[in-house]
Amino acid sequence: MTDLGALFKDLGPRVLGVLVRRGADFASAEDAVQEALIEAHRRWGEDTPRDPFAWLVTTAWRKHLDVVRSESSRRRREVADHLEPDPGPVTGTDETLLLLFLACHPALSPSSAVALTLRAVGGLTTRQIASAYLVPESTMAQRISRAKRTLSRERLTEPGDLAVVLRVLYLIYNEGHSGEVDLADEAIRLTRQLLSSAPEPEVAGLLALMLLHHARRPARWSPDGALVSLDVQDRSRWDTGLINEGVEILQSALSLDRLGEFQVQAAIAALHADAPVAEQTDWPQILEWYDLLMELNPTPVVELNRAVAVGEVDGPRAGLAAVARVPDSVPRHTAVRAHLHERAGDLETAHSLYAVASRSAASAAERDHLTRQAARVHQRLHRA
Amino acid sequence: MAKYLLLKHYVGGPERRPQGTVPMDQWTPQEVTDHMAFMQHVADTLKERGEFVDAQALSPEGSFVRYDGEGRPPVTDGPFAETKDLIAGWMAIDVDSLERAHEVAAFLSSAPGPGGVPLEEWLEVRPFLTDVPQVDA
Repeated sequence: MTDLGALFKDLGPRVLGVLVRRGADFASAEDAVQEALIEAHRRWGEDTPRDPFAWLVTTAWRKHLDVVRSESSRRRREVADHLEPDPGPVTGTDETLLLLFLACHPALSPSSAVALTLRAVGGLTTRQIASAYLVPESTMAQRISRAKRTLSRERLTEPGDLAVVLRVLYLIYNEGHSGEVDLADEAIRLTRQLLSSAPEPEVAGLLALMLLHHARRPARWSPDGALVSLDVQDRSRWDTGLINEGVEILQSALSLDRLGEFQVQAAIAALHADAPVAEQTDWPQILEWYDLLMELNPTPVVELNRAVAVGEVDGPRAGLAAVARVPDSVPRHTAVRAHLHERAGDLETAHSLYAVASRSAASAAERDHLTRQAARVHQRLHRA
Repeated sequence: MAKYLLLKHYVGGPERRPQGTVPMDQWTPQEVTDHMAFMQHVADTLKERGEFVDAQALSPEGSFVRYDGEGRPPVTDGPFAETKDLIAGWMAIDVDSLERAHEVAAFLSSAPGPGGVPLEEWLEVRPFLTDVPQVDA
């Protein structure tokens, strides 16, 4: 059955794409595909068709027409459109794009768009999505059906909003992995699909960013599950295959000379990936990219990260002066100050700031990391 | 897409609003029923919106327990009649923003009390710690 599961995950979204392309509205097309998958599940065990994709398209389309016909018997309208669709190509990469534009419609809240994208484009089951986001399955099912209802009231303005799609994919990637599904892998897979149907520099930039961060993941956690910060990671554990691929994708995107924030973030990640040891990091160039990022997207988070780069280029005092210009409500503000004070040799301040930072950390792993930093500086203080 | 715990305290937190000072056992039975129905309505609304994670009520009585060394039974203490803080129950939600979490807390806090007047009970809103984001620097 696991083989069928993988097959359904691949075929489901493609079948949905065909139905939507033929003019079925998204919500009823999704219902029809789910029903076809259920029927396939029941029947394929003993008798798997020679062309599963064609079988699913035929079955889902028939189920969709059943619904349309029964509705039209009540209110006869628009039937002709549905019964005589454009034959059109059966497969095609632009179906991915169409589905992403629908699932990431600007009328949807971020969490709804994320759920619908994973279900309709990623082919995950509601149960898998619910377990990845640690909510009850019924809650996720409601979120998805609400999103579908919202969509049925909206018209898709062609082309959809690519920036929203990228933001949703970024959100999925950033969530990481809990449960049986690795959301980072899913996001990379979907962004690859998107890039092949929409070869835009920012799509490439986002994919490069994901690959370059993904490459570091094996070194990001110690064997006992503790977070390892970038400067002390075992760089031999970075995935050079992913780094090379990310750099290559980024370079061809940059050559198009249409810069955007994902390309800039990827460029920064590439510079980190390029340093064989932390001490050889090209911080002056990273700072230049942060200056660019501030022009493209001047958020307090970017400004804080820029201050870290200033600290590396011009020393901790200059870094602290740069941090002072960032609102202190920004996450990690105190942690950055702690780090800079330690580098400046002010261990007393560094210790108390690490302790404060640990209490306002957004994640348990970060809290534990900052607590260990506080303990380490405390030990240094009392040895000196 | 963040989880929040909405904590309801029997005791503790900011000073109660005047309409929240009459103990529930002195309300009319209908007022009690209306209050409970409202709480269910809030849960149902959150379920329908795909924001519901969990809701639990706690018994006010419990005891304190600790380890007391290898091979020895756990040590218990309490229950205590007088405490500075007592948690009545919670609701866990998964929402798009802190603003939305506050909105849900205010919705819960509008539950009717005596005379159908909103109780305006204080609810404590606490974010869950999350996973570390994949993109770090």
